[in-house]
Amino acid sequence: MAYALQQLVNGISLGMIYGLIAVGYTMVYGIVGMINFAHGDVFMVGAFVSLVGLLLLAGGIDGPAAILLVLVFAMGITAMYGLAVERIAYKPLRGSFRLAPLISAIGMSIVLQNYVQLAQGAREKPIDAIVTGSLTIFTGDAGFVVAVSWIQILIVITTLIVLAGFTVLVTRTPLGRAMRAVEQDRKMAGLLGVDTNRTISLAFLIGAALAAVAGFLFLLRYGVINFFIGFTAGVKAFTAAVLGGIGSLPGAVLGGLLIGLIETFWSAYFSIQYKDVAAFAILILVLIFLPTGLLGRQEVEKV
Amino acid sequence: MNGAALKDATLCAAVAAVLFVPVVGLRTAPGPTGPLRIEPHFGIVAVLVGLVLLGRLAIIAWQARRRPTAAETPRRVARVMARSGRYVAPALLALAVLLPFLPGTGRYELDLGILVLTYVMLGWGLNIVVGLAGLLDLGYVAFYAVGAYAYALLAQEFGLSFWVCLPLSGLIAGMWGVLLGFPVLRLRGDYLAIVTLGFGEIIRIVLLNWTNLTNGPNGIGGIPRPSFFGLPFSSGGEPGSFAHFFGIEPSPVQRVIFLYYLILALALLTNWVSIRLRRQPLGRAWEALREDEIAARALGINVRNTKLTAFALGATFGGFAGAFFATRQGFISPESFTFSESAIILAIVVLGGLGSQLGIAISALVMIGGFELFRGLDEWRMLVFGMAMVVIMVVKPRGLVGDRTPTIALGTRKAIGGGLVGQGQG
Repeated sequence: MAYALQQLVNGISLGMIYGLIAVGYTMVYGIVGMINFAHGDVFMVGAFVSLVGLLLLAGGIDGPAAILLVLVFAMGITAMYGLAVERIAYKPLRGSFRLAPLISAIGMSIVLQNYVQLAQGAREKPIDAIVTGSLTIFTGDAGFVVAVSWIQILIVITTLIVLAGFTVLVTRTPLGRAMRAVEQDRKMAGLLGVDTNRTISLAFLIGAALAAVAGFLFLLRYGVINFFIGFTAGVKAFTAAVLGGIGSLPGAVLGGLLIGLIETFWSAYFSIQYKDVAAFAILILVLIFLPTGLLGRQEVEKV
Repeated sequence: MNGAALKDATLCAAVAAVLFVPVVGLRTAPGPTGPLRIEPHFGIVAVLVGLVLLGRLAIIAWQARRRPTAAETPRRVARVMARSGRYVAPALLALAVLLPFLPGTGRYELDLGILVLTYVMLGWGLNIVVGLAGLLDLGYVAFYAVGAYAYALLAQEFGLSFWVCLPLSGLIAGMWGVLLGFPVLRLRGDYLAIVTLGFGEIIRIVLLNWTNLTNGPNGIGGIPRPSFFGLPFSSGGEPGSFAHFFGIEPSPVQRVIFLYYLILALALLTNWVSIRLRRQPLGRAWEALREDEIAARALGINVRNTKLTAFALGATFGGFAGAFFATRQGFISPESFTFSESAIILAIVVLGGLGSQLGIAISALVMIGGFELFRGLDEWRMLVFGMAMVVIMVVKPRGLVGDRTPTIALGTRKAIGGGLVGQGQG
């Protein structure tokens, strides 16, 4: 029981990171209708920018101020990356046929990976733990301690704050209204005076900023990154977005949590090698029985 | 060059500076005492920002020159393309057939030719699924892997010859294609894409971890080489070998030439089957499905069987290519079957122009051949490869050969623009 509770805690903190990345996928998919394959690599860039930020501040400022400063720095720079990717690879293809942006996104993903590999080296980048210690919840039978590390608490709190801010942005602000309008009907929104190009660019920018938060938290949690982390995390997060129903923002977070929990519990109770198989197999099962995901809207087929 | 262009380019350069400084300018590297520290590299950033500035100016100048004739160019180009297009395919085929005998063709050129032809074959195989039936498959490499492992295990465990194993591995891969096809029959578009991607990853992870069968990450080595219809290629030239039977000097190049013609024949078989099937009810059903699934269903096409045959045939050719890959390499491991391989094959199909046999061959030649040209710059070539994908898509979203010859036509067959061809909903 205590072991399961510990896995639940681990699964939730991992799922939060997936959820943050998944929101970027689902938002772009909802608005532009394309899979932003480079999003996982934007997350990786976010982790690297966080690493650079932490090393820049090392010895100078530390404590919560440093964490906040690095987070803002990473979000800003990564958001610019997201915007640049959109300008270079997707904007010229808007209104083009369906597969063109997908291929250009795969190309962009290859470019970002190799760019970071060339610029920062292919080696793993380890850092010392910045947030240490943990909070013991209780000691279960046979002396098994259920503990929540401070970093896990930090992940959950940061994610909740960021997602709350994001929800307010989408539901309460003019920009959020414009985004929802473009999602429903781009042409009509354009006719009603919404600057659709700007709205789409901002969606990429916000998605990249959220991915940067995920990258920063990933760096703090695991303490080691390399240029390839974007692929696996990206595929898992996209799986999460599809699981939750692509285009649905709460669905993305729910899907992220589910994927995190499935992965953690599968590794804990069955086999760690097959944890990715478990995530994909469950995705396939969900899609067979619920083809639009958990919270997705039923699409009406039109001739 | 006016003020607006200069302002635009300066803005671009400023953005580039912000992007490059933290990632390129501040390189993290382990310090002398162990932990990471920052190494400044601002010289490279300055060069890159300068390149962005000049590049942006060049793009603006190019766009300004291109715009007035934008309406005229496609038609003129199309006419020239149509006229020369008739000769491109036969010329390429003749080159492919004669390559081993051309002066200056050595071992390296033949190996490169084999590599390009493998990708041409994979591209044509995937084209049945994506280009003709309109089902977006991101896990095609799974069938390539199944074919390769099927061949390796059959040949090693049961000692079957290449010519027995080849159809068997195609059959096994085809069966896996049907197996994947069943659960995804109801899925469309991007849901299909992610499930096929997941399927490809599942196959790779299973190959990686099922150590008893596949030897895990160490792969399978010592896979038997193919024989010339029972005559082995050996360097000694003993009785019963290929060289002895034909009374020629034994040479290692003979096997390479044989492998070259083998993959050429397999690729042409794929091409022939897809061209022939396009004219038959099955191929027309595929294309109808791609254009509009509901209309196809309303016209009485059995959607389930049509989709399953597309998956099965595509997978079969993937399996053939995999078997060839295994026999040529003599060693296979899950390393060779990653997602990026699927992405490269799909890129070849889309960059060449979906559904265009010639376009796929040309794009395989350009992408894989071009990739080889950068062999010396090992880390740079993937970067250039990715950039090429983006640039080709931005400049020609319909692929290199955007025009299609119609499958059936009344009177003369006129090329139809890619814009008129549906992409399929998956």
